[in-house]
Amino acid sequence: MDHKLESYSFNQPEPLLRIENLKKHFSIKGGGYFNSSKKVVKAVDDVSFNIYRGETLGLVGESGCGKSTLGRNILRLQEPTDGNIFFESKNILDYKNSELRKLRKQMQIIYQDPFSSLNPRFTVGEIIGEMYKIHGIAKGLERENKVKDMMELVGLDPTRYNSYPHEFSGGQRQRVGIARALALNPEFVVADEPVSALDVSVQSQVINLLMKLKKELGLTLLFIAHGLNVVRHISDRVGVMYLGKIVELSETDNIFDRPAHPYTAALLSTIPEADPRLKKERIVLKGEVPSPANPPSGCHFRTRCPLATERCKNEAPQLVEVRNKHYVSCHYPLEKGQTLKDAIAARELERARETITI
Amino acid sequence: MDAILEIKNLVTGYQGKDGFVKAVDGVSFNINRGETICIVGESGSGKSVTSMSIMRLVEFENGKILDGEIKFNGEELTTKSNDEMRKIRGSKISMIFQEPLTALNPVFTIGKQITEAILFHQSISKKEALKQAEELVRLVGISDPKARLKQYPHELSGGMRQRVMIAIALASEPELLIADEPTTALDVTIEAQILELLRTLRRERNMSIMLITHDIGVAAEMANRIIIMYAGKIMEISDTIDLFDQPLHPYSKGLLDSVPRMDGERGVQLNSIKGSIPRLNEVPKGCRFSPRCPYATDKCHDEEPLLEIRGNRQVACWHVEQLLEKDELQIITKGGELIGS
Repeated sequence: MDHKLESYSFNQPEPLLRIENLKKHFSIKGGGYFNSSKKVVKAVDDVSFNIYRGETLGLVGESGCGKSTLGRNILRLQEPTDGNIFFESKNILDYKNSELRKLRKQMQIIYQDPFSSLNPRFTVGEIIGEMYKIHGIAKGLERENKVKDMMELVGLDPTRYNSYPHEFSGGQRQRVGIARALALNPEFVVADEPVSALDVSVQSQVINLLMKLKKELGLTLLFIAHGLNVVRHISDRVGVMYLGKIVELSETDNIFDRPAHPYTAALLSTIPEADPRLKKERIVLKGEVPSPANPPSGCHFRTRCPLATERCKNEAPQLVEVRNKHYVSCHYPLEKGQTLKDAIAARELERARETITI
Repeated sequence: MDAILEIKNLVTGYQGKDGFVKAVDGVSFNINRGETICIVGESGSGKSVTSMSIMRLVEFENGKILDGEIKFNGEELTTKSNDEMRKIRGSKISMIFQEPLTALNPVFTIGKQITEAILFHQSISKKEALKQAEELVRLVGISDPKARLKQYPHELSGGMRQRVMIAIALASEPELLIADEPTTALDVTIEAQILELLRTLRRERNMSIMLITHDIGVAAEMANRIIIMYAGKIMEISDTIDLFDQPLHPYSKGLLDSVPRMDGERGVQLNSIKGSIPRLNEVPKGCRFSPRCPYATDKCHDEEPLLEIRGNRQVACWHVEQLLEKDELQIITKGGELIGS
């Protein structure tokens, strides 16, 4: 079951996208009216990883962890503060306007909310057709035919070419969003929470469509979501983010069956699963995600981490390979087969010993 | 069974251009003392309108209870005056909502809002009320209650605000707590905290909880019994374990099938229900689910099935017997075929 999805290879020498030390900082005003000192929110805080051709990379994390910001920065929909993004070995951060426009043909985005991401005054034909218009690809009837082909591809009735978004249901609107993103036949697509706004019975339709299109068109997908079961289902590899950093990155089965970061393990133990007989060892994390304007020193997760020590306070861990193709940013990663509960018990024993020796 | 709430044939509608649009259309169920019952459904299923009807809050948003009975501890609620209802709301029955930011008043401190709720139902001094408020805030797991009570809603995070809402709801020691998607706006780790809190409260106070959710996972974890709603009607009522072992309604099965399971095979085609939920003014004839049902026959398109009792469960489907016989209603855990293979 482990290797059902071998549409890509890790050994591929050249990744489609190489993200190096990417940073996106937002400055906010600190203090009150008289205090004009600037504070910086590090939404994406020095992140490096590769995206390989043909893979689906899932990105999970709680709200405010920077996953959407990261996605938008990779597409240059927002300008990164620092770092490099290599797309097919060229640094796209050096691109100027015309080059950037060309790049848009190769990189596209599907948004979360199909209600606000489609212009209500355009017909569906115009919304999808605009992609061809902007890039001067097809005109008149040819454009119309291309749009209708796209509509067919995503499972929309092409005779509804002249309908407006409000005449479609949520799931159909999301199909319009997908058709728009794929109209120019891009290489790389960021799907930012594409099913979160949809009803359960419709969600699975859209997930199926995305998987089908990815396979048929050979897309590379960055799939951003907070629904862990959906991410597990669709992704080849998964990255877990916490407060602007990637804390764990590996193949999907490693993340879900053998998590190494305590945050990932805790996250997995708490998702409500559709199985009432399942008795899970739930590790409920204390507290909340700290403000990204004022993250804890050292490891950002340490304030909620049941394993944290003095070292975590003083020294920020780096994302390193702890096992084969399994990257973790933690001083005390869980060993293969070790549960978080075991690790907590071991840590408590250690702490007790220390107190006795003192 | 000791029922705390009995609903019979509830019909609630909203005034539309041509008469009332029925958001809830003939719903009957009981809630027993000390149980957690989950109403599961997609948007437009009428699950929230059901709860708003119990609280008689529909009247404030242009809705109207058109028919039916709602008995709380034997007392009929539908005929109560507004003043009488106000005494029941937030005292014997409390409600928490999805978005705790809009449910709290932004210009009053947390302390003020909790004490207000306490003083409304008890004749005690402000000082005593403040003491009780502190106790409640501690009970719902907020640290440093004294300082928190002086804060305003915007100074708190989403999870904290939901805890405050729960504290307000508990102020009157309700017998029934209605929670409408209480964790939908929250992150997974915070959701886990709130669900744990609700579980503890139910256990310690022997409260009944009516939890409204679209998340089948949440229902599986919280509920003793589950009510599946679709387009204003109840499709199935079952004990949680029974439902997940063997759903009786094709819609229940479709819903359970379409959620990717954490132990399921990855990358395979997910089972989905074709089409989408009908709008309330375009409810189909016959069984409401029939246009989307893979097993629908002519009878289903013509005649609406009633919710019928089957042992300790209830289901509204013409073909339960046949489908069970053919073993068509088992949940598919393995998923369908591999996409693209």
